[in-house]
Amino acid sequence: MIEPYGAHSLAANMPRASAYLAVVGAIVRKDLAVEWRSRQLLASMLVFALLVILIFNFALELDAATRSELSAGVLWATFAFAGTLGLNRSMAMENDSRALDGLLLAPVDRSAIYFGKALANVSFMLLVALFTLPVYSILYNVDLFNAGLLLVLVLGAWGYSAIGTLLAAMAMQARSREVLLPVLLFPLLLPVLIAAVRASGFFLEGLALAYIWPSLNLLIVYAVTMPALGYMFFDFIVEE
Amino acid sequence: MIAARGLGKRFGYRLVLESVNLKVNPGELVVLLGPNGAGKSTLLRILASLSRPTFGEVEVAGSRFPQQAAAARAQIGFLGHKPMLHEDLSARQNLIFYASLYGVKRPDARIKELLNLFDLDPRRHEPVRTFSRGMQQRLAVARAMLHRPKVLLLDEPHSGLDREAITILDGLLRDLAKKGTTILLATHDLQVAQRLAQRVEVLAAGRLAASWRRRQLASRQFPSLYDRALRRAQLGGQHA
Repeated sequence: MIEPYGAHSLAANMPRASAYLAVVGAIVRKDLAVEWRSRQLLASMLVFALLVILIFNFALELDAATRSELSAGVLWATFAFAGTLGLNRSMAMENDSRALDGLLLAPVDRSAIYFGKALANVSFMLLVALFTLPVYSILYNVDLFNAGLLLVLVLGAWGYSAIGTLLAAMAMQARSREVLLPVLLFPLLLPVLIAAVRASGFFLEGLALAYIWPSLNLLIVYAVTMPALGYMFFDFIVEE
Repeated sequence: MIAARGLGKRFGYRLVLESVNLKVNPGELVVLLGPNGAGKSTLLRILASLSRPTFGEVEVAGSRFPQQAAAARAQIGFLGHKPMLHEDLSARQNLIFYASLYGVKRPDARIKELLNLFDLDPRRHEPVRTFSRGMQQRLAVARAMLHRPKVLLLDEPHSGLDREAITILDGLLRDLAKKGTTILLATHDLQVAQRLAQRVEVLAAGRLAASWRRRQLASRQFPSLYDRALRRAQLGGQHA
């Protein structure tokens, strides 16, 4: 039979910060493992992203110069729509079998769950970008392998996931969450999207950093303030 | 130890729990008996810190809610109506994930011990979605006990289990109680109460309607005593 020793909690065995980070890491690993086994979330995001890119390519019939100008906008529209699919699925997986309750029972501050989910979501967005950028580059004949663009991609994707994860947790209990999430998300996301499109466009045009800074600044502000909001409000949002 | 003082919960206009005073001492196995909709699950969710009471105080394993809820959660093992498992992950992956949330020492040995105990070891690498209802329930019980909690809150733990699994679970619960684990088990089944309880608390219409010691449960009049307690509660009577 099993010995009922005292609970070997993270709180008891490790400093609080390590326990917090261990839970964040465990959630990220779990989400990646679930995705590795089910391949539902990434597959749907990727197929959707590729379809959007193809449809834009054939629908717009642009000359080379205009294509280059529109590149940043088309890219971010693709990521934004594919991202909502990922956010919905990511929270739906926690709603199945009330797995979210299992997370809420973890002996740490509940914001650790938020950061775990947000980091997993940003990983999925960046993975989608990794697969779609080469396709886009070939179809639109634009060189997208630019360090500045990659920086914008990481900052924009993190800002997107940070606010998206919080709103997806809010929409999770609603019956029409697939509709509710974009309705809640896109108004709040507009500043990030505008800044990301502008900064990406400027980097692709090779403009000086002085032009790009205002947009980059806005992305950095979002990348810091949105996680702060998540840290403060996630517990209230998921509490019954 | 579990202590609830003047506990109440309201969902909108509906009062689900009303002034519940309950104390479960260390090493005590108390059965919370009541019909469907009596408020048993709500009470257990509040005691597990998954739901906030509208009024009243809760103290579990020496920690008060909500101020010290994270510390209390390290000592709580909770089993709800749903198994709280990720269906795309295997039994072992699910337990590894929960072990990392709770910082379980030597997780591999502990997981193997539980998988063997609940006869799940031969199928440990298979996705949970391929398990029968009973196997999922066995895994859910293993999950709740994984971190060797000092307090166990179990909502209908026998549901879906076959006779062999019921015998194992009953033996395990008696053994854990003997060794000092505080157990509160919610059920609507009088036989479970008669088989396991050191004390029975009857919850009806959101109120504790009666409390009986083990020797009173053996009596053949127990079912009629229970029916009378329920009728009294429905008419608005207080604790017998």
